Amino acid sequence: MISLTGITRTYEVGGRPVHALRGVDLQIPDGDYIAIMGPSGSGKSTLLNLLGCLDRPTTGSYVLDGREVANLSDEDLSLVRRHKIGFVFQVFHLVPRLTAAENVALPLLFAGAPARERLEKAARALALVGLAERADHRPDQLSGGERQRVAVARATIMGPSILLADEPTGNLDTKNGREVIELLESMNRGGLTLIVVTHDPGIGGRARRRLRLVDGLGELEEGSPGA
Amino acid sequence: MSALELLRFAAGALRGHRLRTILSVLGVAIGVASVMVLTSLGEGARGYITGEFMSLGSNLLIVLPGKTETEAEAPIFSQAPHDLTLADMEDFVRRSPRVRRAAPILLGTAFAAHGERRREVSVIGTTAEMLPIRRMSMAIGRFLPEGELERGARVCVIGTKIKQELFPDENPLGTVLHVGGERFKVIGVMAPRGVSLGFDLDDMVEMPVSAAMSLFDRTTLFRIFVEARSHDELDAAAKDIVGVLKERHEGVEDVTVIKQDSLLSAFGKILSVLTGALAAIAAVSLGVAGIGIMNVMLVSVNERTGEIGLLKALGAGSRQILGAFLLEASVLSTIGGALGVLGGYALAALIRYHWPVLPAVPPGWAVVSALVVAVGVGLAFGALPARRASRLDPVAALAKRGA
Repeated sequence: MISLTGITRTYEVGGRPVHALRGVDLQIPDGDYIAIMGPSGSGKSTLLNLLGCLDRPTTGSYVLDGREVANLSDEDLSLVRRHKIGFVFQVFHLVPRLTAAENVALPLLFAGAPARERLEKAARALALVGLAERADHRPDQLSGGERQRVAVARATIMGPSILLADEPTGNLDTKNGREVIELLESMNRGGLTLIVVTHDPGIGGRARRRLRLVDGLGELEEGSPGA
Repeated sequence: MSALELLRFAAGALRGHRLRTILSVLGVAIGVASVMVLTSLGEGARGYITGEFMSLGSNLLIVLPGKTETEAEAPIFSQAPHDLTLADMEDFVRRSPRVRRAAPILLGTAFAAHGERRREVSVIGTTAEMLPIRRMSMAIGRFLPEGELERGARVCVIGTKIKQELFPDENPLGTVLHVGGERFKVIGVMAPRGVSLGFDLDDMVEMPVSAAMSLFDRTTLFRIFVEARSHDELDAAAKDIVGVLKERHEGVEDVTVIKQDSLLSAFGKILSVLTGALAAIAAVSLGVAGIGIMNVMLVSVNERTGEIGLLKALGAGSRQILGAFLLEASVLSTIGGALGVLGGYALAALIRYHWPVLPAVPPGWAVVSALVVAVGVGLAFGALPARRASRLDPVAALAKRGA
């Protein structure tokens, strides 16, 4: 359960304040599927970083599962990211020198899981995204769609409650993009809260709800327009 | 995350900068090796000098005219109101039961000639006791005759260098050597001995002390070498000698008695300071090597900014990132240190091979401390890049890279 109240985020750029978010209120119940939409510069990425505990709001309250994020130390935030949040990025962000399985197992490495457990879980996670055969391939031996599916496996290996996807189809062709989004949606049907940041109405339209950001302010839109 | 896993991750990351990594490791290796080589040179010099003194025999006392303030050091200022004479020597040999034997030294230079060949030589006037006291041995013939303190037979013993230069193709035994215009029969050739206490013993002519006295028209002795009955009696023997000579010199204490171990310890002190100074100079190169490590680490942090951001997003804590980079730095410096130790031992062996007189062995303390300093340098100079990595803002770090 995510609860944002009066969130603002101000950056200093060249000595002048830039108001990326000007007061966003948002409730996201567990298992929700929400798209954060808006043109570039509207504050989508800022909001995603806040939701993913990579950043803290300037003012306002972010309560995640009953805990106020602003009060957590950096080490606590890294624990929240490790256990509760999975990230999927537009540019995949796989470590090029590691195999698919090793990439998937990275979060387990930080959690201190023994090597055998890591390998088993990684193999299972890869099977879940349909890449069991590709476990020993390095990212440059995989197609874009495959890379993003590896990233999804990595994002979900710790059993998080929230999946944050930042333009997950932005670097993929239509077919691969559709496959990835369907994969994410299947995870959502399994109970994960899915938050997708996108500027693509075709992707955003699939979500249950949309938060449209314009100049740092959000406007919520319920229901699926395509339905 | 276990240390081993961290290590694997760190090692993998370094693969991308093979040359740079090798160079920085090499820097540490050179630093450690130079500490080892320089300290082994210092220790080698100390070993060489210790050996020189030990070859004098541990029961040796040296009596010289003049008095210094402290008995431990060789005299710099000395005034000698009374000469040191043969009678002085005979007196303390007779009166002190702790003195086993003594040999006078009268030193001079003269021209020595045999046939057409002639050269300047150092002449030592002494007695038969010189041979056992200085632990010398003969190559051929015999040493000076015993019990001829006053007689001064016209005989001499020559060093190997003089034998080679004046008697290159003949047996010198029984032939006549002209020394300072007088005739001396050669009765022996010393075994090669080399330089000892600044004298090239191979380049000397030894003759009975009385003969040398008349040759140089001098009665005063340069030194008296004394052998005590045992090492424990050294101090007492020295006291006896000073007492006898004081009495003979009208109550003036005007001689100095040097023990070879006090000379040795004085040299030893100087040489350990020297070794320490050499080590310190070499340690500077370790510091420079540390900067090399810092450089390669900063480059690698810079290039891995995106990766660090990703690791943070995946839940790596700042401390884990810090640990990974510190480990990387210390692995680099440890490898460098280990290579340096191998190189240092190899170079020291090379030195021993080329200069066998110099027992250049890296001292254990230098090896251990060079290694410890090397690893410490890695940690210290890795700390800055590691902190920079651990404090990277994940948002900014992620934004920097696409892969």
